[in-house]
Amino acid sequence: MSVASVIIMIGVCFLAGAMVMTLIRMSRGPSTLDRVVAADVVVAVVIAALAMEASMNHHTTTIPIMLVLSLLGFAGSLSMARFVADRDKAKKWDVPSSSPTKSERGGSGT
Amino acid sequence: MNPVLDTIGAVFLLLGAMLCFAASVGLVRFPDVLTRMHAATKPQTLGLLFVVAGVAFSLQNFQALGILLLVAILQLLTAPVAAHMVSRTAYRTGQVREDLLTEDDLADDLAAAGFQLVTGDEDEADGEDGRPSV
Repeated sequence: MSVASVIIMIGVCFLAGAMVMTLIRMSRGPSTLDRVVAADVVVAVVIAALAMEASMNHHTTTIPIMLVLSLLGFAGSLSMARFVADRDKAKKWDVPSSSPTKSERGGSGT
Repeated sequence: MNPVLDTIGAVFLLLGAMLCFAASVGLVRFPDVLTRMHAATKPQTLGLLFVVAGVAFSLQNFQALGILLLVAILQLLTAPVAAHMVSRTAYRTGQVREDLLTEDDLADDLAAAGFQLVTGDEDEADGEDGRPSV
């Protein structure tokens, strides 16, 4: 058991705690945006875990998976924030002349 | 497999993992979306750079180094865009706690541009305490 393996094992313990607390926020989070932010942190923790596995076993199999995850997290959080998260709120900034009751729902760009 | 470079890479990986842990503590304890984003963006940029540097030190492989550089560059390009969209939606839908703000210049600018804070958009307007129902 080398020094590097011991240090990586300590890091794995930190990552496990981080994943547990992030999932707590993702389940409790009062709004959709809290869950989106927590999902971003989950993606970062998974990338770090894959990197630790690659570093411990000295193989390069998981490196492309890290690449895919760093792009997927971006697309997911962007589309959630843009198209989903502004539906669950009763108060928003809007132009009042455009009859703010229902006409904004059609996706007219703000 | 140079053991010195392995140890340096493991230390970098440990730093990245500690940043992930700090971000999750901030996610649990901070009060609203913007402050939670402040904590959550640390492992996305600095933590990911530490992790990529750690893997590069311990693999010592030029093909892997190319893909790792691509991971770092793509994350540095895309993380600010996603964070900008999330914070913009958070502000525009009023999910910001005004009692925690010291300055709110964007409210003045939006009011000058003709926007105003409209309430009662939904039929089931139960968000009296500033929290959505779902």
